[in-house]
This record gives sequence, C-alpha cells and structure tokens, in this order.
Amino acid sequence: MSAETHVVGTSIRRVDGVEKVTGAARFVGDLVVPEMLYGRVLRSPVPHARIARIDVTAAERMPGVVAVLVGRDLEGTDPFYGHAIKDRPIVALDRVRFAGEPVAAVAATDEAAAAEAVWAITVDYEELPAVPTLETALADGAVRLHEGPLRPGLFHGLGELRREEGNICYHYRSSRGEVERAIAGADLVVEGEYTFPAVYQYAMEPHTVIAAWGVDGLTVWASCQHPYLVRAELAELFGLPQVSVRVIVPYLGGGFGSKSYTKMEPLTAALSRKAGRPVRIANRVDEAMVTTRRHNMRCWMRTAATSDGAVVARQCKIWLDTGAYADNGPRVAATAGDAAPGPYRWQAAEVDAWAVYTNTPPAGSYRAFGATHLIWIGEAQIDALARRAGLDPVEFRHRNLLRPGEEVRPGGKPLDADLVGDVTKVAAAVGWGKPKPPLVGRGVSVGLLAAGANPVSTAAIRLQADGTAVLLVSTTEMGQGARTVFTQIAAEELALRPERIRVMGADTQFTPYDRSTGASRSTTLAGKAVLRAAADVRGQLLDIAAGVWGLPRSALAIRDGAVWHETESLSFPTLIARHFGMPGGEMIGRGEVRPERGTGSYAEGPVFWEVCVGGAEVALDPETGRIHLRRLASVADVGKAINPQLVEAQDEGACLQGVGNALFEEMLFEDGVLVNGSLLEYRVPTTADMPDEYRSIIVENADGPGPYGAKGVGEGALAGVVGAIVTALADLGVEMYDLPLSPERVWRRLRELEAQGTVLLRD
Amino acid sequence: MDERSEAPARRRIALVVNGNPVEAEIEPRELLLDFLRHRLGLMGAKRSCDVQVCGSCTVLLDGEPVSACCTLAYEARDRQVLTIEGLADAGRLHVLQEAFIEHAAVQCGFCTSGMILTSLELLREVPAPVPEQVRSHLKGNLCRCTGYRRIIDAVVDAGRRLAAEGASS
Ligand code: FES
Ligand code: FES
Repeated sequence: MSAETHVVGTSIRRVDGVEKVTGAARFVGDLVVPEMLYGRVLRSPVPHARIARIDVTAAERMPGVVAVLVGRDLEGTDPFYGHAIKDRPIVALDRVRFAGEPVAAVAATDEAAAAEAVWAITVDYEELPAVPTLETALADGAVRLHEGPLRPGLFHGLGELRREEGNICYHYRSSRGEVERAIAGADLVVEGEYTFPAVYQYAMEPHTVIAAWGVDGLTVWASCQHPYLVRAELAELFGLPQVSVRVIVPYLGGGFGSKSYTKMEPLTAALSRKAGRPVRIANRVDEAMVTTRRHNMRCWMRTAATSDGAVVARQCKIWLDTGAYADNGPRVAATAGDAAPGPYRWQAAEVDAWAVYTNTPPAGSYRAFGATHLIWIGEAQIDALARRAGLDPVEFRHRNLLRPGEEVRPGGKPLDADLVGDVTKVAAAVGWGKPKPPLVGRGVSVGLLAAGANPVSTAAIRLQADGTAVLLVSTTEMGQGARTVFTQIAAEELALRPERIRVMGADTQFTPYDRSTGASRSTTLAGKAVLRAAADVRGQLLDIAAGVWGLPRSALAIRDGAVWHETESLSFPTLIARHFGMPGGEMIGRGEVRPERGTGSYAEGPVFWEVCVGGAEVALDPETGRIHLRRLASVADVGKAINPQLVEAQDEGACLQGVGNALFEEMLFEDGVLVNGSLLEYRVPTTADMPDEYRSIIVENADGPGPYGAKGVGEGALAGVVGAIVTALADLGVEMYDLPLSPERVWRRLRELEAQGTVLLRD
Repeated sequence: MDERSEAPARRRIALVVNGNPVEAEIEPRELLLDFLRHRLGLMGAKRSCDVQVCGSCTVLLDGEPVSACCTLAYEARDRQVLTIEGLADAGRLHVLQEAFIEHAAVQCGFCTSGMILTSLELLREVPAPVPEQVRSHLKGNLCRCTGYRRIIDAVVDAGRRLAAEGASS
C-alpha cells in the first residue's frame, strides 16, 4: 500500500445513486415472488394476559385466506428466539407480555383479505397484573415476566449470563478504586436523578420480510441489518442446517439499529411454513413501533471534583427498560455502563447498569445506544462542577480529559482519539468565548461510545477475465454508503477505476460471513476484509506477472488495471488468460478480519472508541420554553475519511436524529399501551427543525484500526449533540433532568426556577 | 357463498401514467399507491407512514404532488400521473436527479423519489428558489438519513442550473 491514494480519500459519487434517484433500487417490499401471499399480524391489545382460547375457524373460512398461524402451530420448532437471551416466542404461546405482541398471523391472497381475516379471529384474554414501568417492575413482590432457567442466545457475547433477581434481565457492573472514600475526600460533589424517554428509530422503510419454504429449505428476503445472525437464528428455530437457510438482503430503507438482529423473520417463516407458499409481511408504522424501540431509562449519578478543577470520582446507577423481551438490552446496558464514566481521569468510578423486563414492547438497538442515554447526564454534571469551580467548561474538560493511549476502562482498549483537539474544534465552531446575545447559551459535550461490535468479517473479490471485479461482502447497504466505500477500497488496492467494480447485496448463499452491520463497524472491519481480499488478488496477479517475466515481485508495480515493469505492462485480462491458458477464468481473492489479540470479547474491546463530541448554541424563549437551535457542530474523528462527503452526510443525519431525541421525540405509554403510535402523533424532525447552522468537522489522525487508519462514524454525532443541547441550556442557568426538552417541560422548569428565586430569564 | 357477491362493483378507469395511456378495472377502495405498485409494477413510490405525513409515496397528479397512500386510484381517472420512473428522459437523468447524486442528498433512497417529485413542482413554480423556500416547501417530506441540508442544496443547485439553461435557450 503506497502512502499516496487515488480513489480513497476522494468524494466519488455513490455507486447506488442512479438506481436510487430513478426508483430502480429494490427494497424487500418491492420484490414479488411467484405464488406469494400477504401476511397480517394480530397483536395483543393488552400488556399482560394468559391466552385462554383462540378461535380462528371463522378467519380460516374467509375468502382468500390460505393459512392462520397461532402458537400451537409451532410444534417441531424451538419456539423461542433472541440473540442475547432466548426469551421471545415466535408468536405468543399461552401468554402475552406486551400490548402489540403477535398472537396470530394470517396469510391471504391479498392484503385486504388478510387484514379482514385478522379481525375475524377471536381471542379470550385473562388479564394478569402488569408491570408496565420500571418502578412497578422493580417493586418488591412484582409479578415476574420470565420464570425458569435463562437460556443464552447464540450471540449474547457478554460473558456468562446469570439468572438475576425478579425482573432484572441483565446486570453490568464496572468498578475501579474506592469510590466512597474518593468522594468523601473531594471538595465539590453534584448528584441527581435523570430520565430518558422511549424513542422510536423510525427507519422510513418499516420491517419487511418475505419467507419461502422450498424443497431445499427456507429462503428469506429481509430488511435486516445482520443477515448471518438472522440465518443462524432461523436455522436453530426450525432445526435446519445453516446451508438450508438463505437470507437475502437487498437495499434497506434505513435501519439505525431497528433492523439489527432478528425481528419479523421467524414469524414470517412460520407463517409460510404453515401456508406452504411464500409469504410477505410488511410492518406498518404502529407495528414497527411495537417491534423494537430505544430503551427508556432512569439514572442516578454522582460526580466529585476538587475545588481547583480536577475530577475525582463518579458513581452511577442505571435502570434501562428493556420491555417484555431482552432483544439487545444486555448489550445496551453494557455500553451504557461503558459510557457512564465519560472520558475523564478518575481516581475511582463505579457503575451498575440493569436491563429490566417490563410489560412494554421490547427495546433494542438505536444509533449510539447507551452513549446517548448517558453522556448528556455525565456532561451536565461536569458542567455543574466547572461552574462551581469557577472554571470555563471547555477549560475544565481540557484539564481532565483522557489523552490518547490512556486507559478508558480497566482491561479494555486504550483511548484512540484526540479528545482535547476535538472539543476545541466544536467549541470554536459554535463561537465559544465570543460575546453572547441575551438568552443565548452555548454548550459542549464529550463522550465515548464502545463501537465496532465483534471484530469478525470476511470478504471476497472475483476479478473477471475482462479486468472488472465483483466484490462479495455481507454488509447491508442501508444508506451509510458501504457499497461506495468498499468500491473505493478495492479500486485503490487493485488500481482499477471504480466503474469497473460491482458490489452486490448480501446473500448468505454467496456473500461471505460478516458479523453484522451496525456499531459503526462497516468501513473499519468489513472494509479491512475487502482491503485484504483485494491485496490477495493483487498478490496473485503479481505472481503471474513475475513468472511471465522471470522477475521478482519487488520489481513490479500495479497501476491502471495492469502490472508494470518499468515501461512494459501486462493487463489484468492478459494475465488471467495466461494463467488459465485460454480466454476466461477469474482470480478469486479472500480477506478476513478476526481479533488481533485475545478473543475479541466485550471485556477486551471495543474495536475502537467512537467519539461523541458536540457543540451547540441555543436561544431560549422564556415565555414558551421553546429552544431554538442557532448552531450545532459535531466531530467525525474518523482516522481517515475514505469518502469525506459520505462521512459528513452520515454525521448530518445523526445530528438531526439527535435534535429529535433532545427536543421532542417520546413514545407515550398508558398502562403499557402505546398511545402515540403513528407519525401524526409521534413527531420526528422535519426541515422546520434543522439548526440554523450545522458543521460536521472531519478529523483525520489515521489512528483507527481500519483500512488506511480509518475508524467508523455515524453514531457519535447523535449522542454528542444531545449532550451539547443540554449543556447549552444549562449555560443559561436552566439545568434539566429529563428529556426530551419539550417546550412544556422547559417552561415548567423555568417557572420552578422562578419560584425558587433563581435569576429570572428575561430580555 | 360467492366471495365476490358482496364486493362493491368494480369500475373501469383510464388515465395516463408517465406518458403512457393505461386502462384498468379497479376496486373503488383501491389506493393509488397500491394501483401503481401492484398493478403497474412501478415501485418508485414507497409506503412508509400511511397517513400523509412522510411524503415517501408522493407522485404528481396533473403536476401537483399528492400522497398516493391517501389518494384513491379512482381519483386519478382521466388525469396524468407522473412517478419517479417517468422523470428521466430517454435514460438521461433529470437535472434534479443529477443534483441529488452530486450533493450526496441520497442515502438509503427511501425518501428520494418523493423528495425529487415534490421539488420538481417547486422548480416549476419558483424557477430558482433560495434555500429558505426549498426548506419550507419540503417540510411535508421526511428524510431520516440526510439531515436535509444536502437535499436543500441539491434542489437550489438544480434550480440554478435549470434557470441558466432556460435563460440561454
Ligand atoms: S406513506 Fe404516504 S405520505 Fe407517508
Ligand atoms: S435517504 Fe433515507 S430516508 Fe432519506
């Protein structure tokens, strides 16, 4: 690899751009499979009940209906799935644990017939006492949602799982130093209780799955982020060898974590098995909202510092509401626990994080999970300490931030980013230190996110006889630009023009294993596998040319689709034809990534630390409580930007999602029942919510483990701007303890502060 | 029981889709979005929110953007429908399509056809809009990937280019 790059580092156009602007790009819902039926799901209206009786006879007799699936049809399968904990039935067996849980499903010749038949199913529920909130689920004597031994899923990946007390699903703990003693010796201590709401990921394409049983097994087209993990789970559920389950993923209409791990695939497959024909189930928004969501959370935190501005210790207890089934709750608890101390030099720190079962829809992954939950809290306390120490918040952070190479948590990967530089940049971008107009506040926020998931990816390249190449990799393209970035990496390594390379979608029958698409890992890990696959092909071409010329490899170079020795060249097609002794044939290269040391376990990780650095300048209307975003900034500390334009685009999207999380998004439950389950009532940011000015700042220190020193982005900006908006408001004297910062909530807080006699905010 | 005996009478409609005359027998309740996707195989308009909030199903009906998820196919009778599939001219991308690619205004692409068609109408009314106008015109189209800035830039740029072409021709 030469230091100078030609394609890598440039903003080439997206390779899927033309398909997407012409409507030619295909998503699962656009596919039509011969004989395909349409599935609809009957969902429980109550949060907790025993199912006394289900009568499907009327539904089965309706025109167009081919099959109705209920729990008793699951015989011959392992009816429970869950990558962390196997606790979620494919369809309710004898009990429902959340309002929205699938109780039955209908397959019919068209959507309308399926929808009508769903209404013809009668179910008798014997309601059980429900625990729809953290408080009720954690209360003494609360009903338990899950009994019996806990069954670990295939990919829990967090070490040994213990059976926890009551409704505790998972407990993560990390501790260093003697916290109580350290705090007792500190001069300044801040302490508070905070809450974070349930939030909906809203990928514009709701979950969609087509499942088809055939003589050779099960084929599934799915809007899923992790095709291989879904395949493994399906194989286990239905007792099939993995080779008999094929998962194909075309384009995804966004994911943001909502499509990570297994969601609608088992239900659709079971329905197809019963119907004996392919079935498609497409969630509607209200259904997607009860399929997965972001954890709501309660947190208690205490942070201590010395009066001259050195942080001393932090203590934190976190309760995350994971809903009725674990989904990704254990890992969310672990990353929340990792994010809680923040990137500071502590004498002591102690974090407990619990994922808690409740009678609400399951909570799983959403962009920057854990980090978004915790960073704003830690940063609010850092700001409060800075104010008490009489120090500028940026200066206070500079003194205490970890430096590259320092330990973030005991035993884990040391810090691999320049946080002091990053925070200096965002502060400048929001006008730090410049005079402020009245009622305008500025804030910064710094945090870390354990990124990369597990470091296992493989890739293959087939260099065709005419010197074009097909890249096989199982990363899913959900908007992040993975296919474009992989094209650039392969183009660079093989000295080919990007137009001569094609990247296809994931298909477990053909594209090689990849752990997952998420956790900002695609460029870093799958990208590295692509780079190695390309290097493998390159090596083969050099060997052939070396043989032809009788020269050592070191005398040769690759450029412009040919191998060169001084002024002589052999094109790739010529070399391939020489090798096979005829026109045709192909060179196949393979590349793999696996843990470079240790086992790649969570404790040794993460693959890299993604920075969550944000800056904000906000204006507050004290009469309405409305926050106006004048400026936002975030840092994409990427090591190396393979495609700078795509990096910025990713971060801009994450930033706007952060605006929604900070200011108004919230799923509302009444006794466990979702009451704002449509886009009319659940609002996400529109063009009206954009900040006046937004800057994504790219930092390239080549300090990442990925190709050319790259590391991933796309999540940190979300957590960063949420924190910065909170600290910017605190800069105006308005410390907040609950999100979202809706006008009403801020207005009430202002009245409270007024009543306490705190300085009035008036022009 | 004859399953169709209770079904409401089907109706014949004629309309023009992307310049091509189409005749079909439809059910009265059939949505324009399902008609385009299931009957004609035009998959560019996407279903997302279902309640006329997100704009991903937008098509132009006699030049006006409508949410095909909340429009009956019957309402399109005797009218002109333009979907994203009808925008490129003989394989040559429209200036807006080019601009969306160039400005990286496309990520997952699920909102893209609706965004482009809604913007097309704006450019017909306001030949070279300023960012503020585009921003306000697009507030009924959600995008979850981009943060919108690049989409607005793309439309402004396309407007500028179209205006320049118009002036020079
Ligand atoms: S699907 Fe029609 S506007 Fe959202
Ligand atoms: S590009 Fe994904 S929703 Fe707009």
